[in-house]
Amino acid sequence: MFVMNSIGTIIWRDVRQSYASGGTWLPVIFYLSAATLFPFAVGPDRALLLQTGGGILWIAALLATLLPLDRLIQPDLENGVYDQMIVRGLSDEMIAAARLVSHWLAFGPPLLLAAFLASGLMGLEGAALGTLLASLAIATPALAGLAVMIAALTAGLKGAGALGGLLLVPLAIPLLIFGAGSLSAQGGSALMFLAAVSLLLVAITPFAAGAALSAVRE
Amino acid sequence: MSKGQSTGSSERLLAEAISCVRGERILFRDLTFTLGRGQAGLLTGPNGVGKSSLLRLLAGLLQPSAGSYIAPETKALCDDRLALDEHLSLGQTLGFWAKLDGKRPADVAAAMKRAGLGHLAEVPVRYFSTGQRQRARLARTYLTDARLWLLDEPANGLDTDSVDQLGRALQSHLDGGGIILAASHIPLPIGFDFTLKLEPLEELEACL
Repeated sequence: MFVMNSIGTIIWRDVRQSYASGGTWLPVIFYLSAATLFPFAVGPDRALLLQTGGGILWIAALLATLLPLDRLIQPDLENGVYDQMIVRGLSDEMIAAARLVSHWLAFGPPLLLAAFLASGLMGLEGAALGTLLASLAIATPALAGLAVMIAALTAGLKGAGALGGLLLVPLAIPLLIFGAGSLSAQGGSALMFLAAVSLLLVAITPFAAGAALSAVRE
Repeated sequence: MSKGQSTGSSERLLAEAISCVRGERILFRDLTFTLGRGQAGLLTGPNGVGKSSLLRLLAGLLQPSAGSYIAPETKALCDDRLALDEHLSLGQTLGFWAKLDGKRPADVAAAMKRAGLGHLAEVPVRYFSTGQRQRARLARTYLTDARLWLLDEPANGLDTDSVDQLGRALQSHLDGGGIILAASHIPLPIGFDFTLKLEPLEELEACL
């Protein structure tokens, strides 16, 4: 009971902080600007936009994941917030799990909203729009998990932001393949594979990020 | 050498032959001491000798490389890290820890008052001076019900009146059956039951 209450309190604090600091809207603005730039770059050919738009929105989602990396773990780690939680008997894994949930709450829903708006710019509608939103909804927990893992791994390092980007992009390739793959006509079971990869990443995040948090204390 | 550990929880703080290695350097070795309820211990020694590491170790943040210790289940660590959100008012950010510790808003007000910060409850922490920050750390410590207080230079940056105020808070914690282990180079106005002097080990070994 104590643990669940504590985790709820921690998640609430993180989410409130993300929305209050405006950090939540940075990926959204980035996402929308990337989506706006693309039709300018390739021209307003409707057929071409329809064919490539979904993939571009997927790449933009992946890049938007990189933006909050340096604010996920580092500030609270430096400020001793995690130390105080450990002293109160919480484990690193619980802290990481709470961070995963709070980051997703501040990252997933706004990104889905942005994807919905941006899909208009690409002329996506109907079933294609539905598939895009479903694939992003399935993948955002995994993207949040990757971000938390990598933020925990690189916390305390110099140039953590750039290093984090280098680490995250290759790890997100399975998500991109299945996510963008689900948009094509032969998508078939791509969404299932996407869900499998997403579940795996979400499941290992508390342990991987927790191990990184405990290693950085030594 | 057996891997060190903390075993169980108790009413006392009991360290048995604990050693700490950090970055391939032995900080201290074979420390043994006991602190019972209502007792206070003072850690002294030059900078970098491992006082902070010993406090962090007893708080459960580091593993001893050898030996073991038993500590009360509830602990509070007051070190140089603020662990308070800079952009929030003191009352709000202390409220987060109060909620984690199962405390009520009235307890937050009481803790701020004990630390002499009652009038700053609405002020964002980023505007605090060095001394006020230190008092905010102390307020966070007062807020817990923890039996064991681990204090790393609790009087740093405090003026004379604040040190007296700190002394009263420490004394009332001891009177209530609490345990204190403090590292301080500023004399604290409470009676310590023992003083643990840490010596630099390398210099010691160089002489032998």
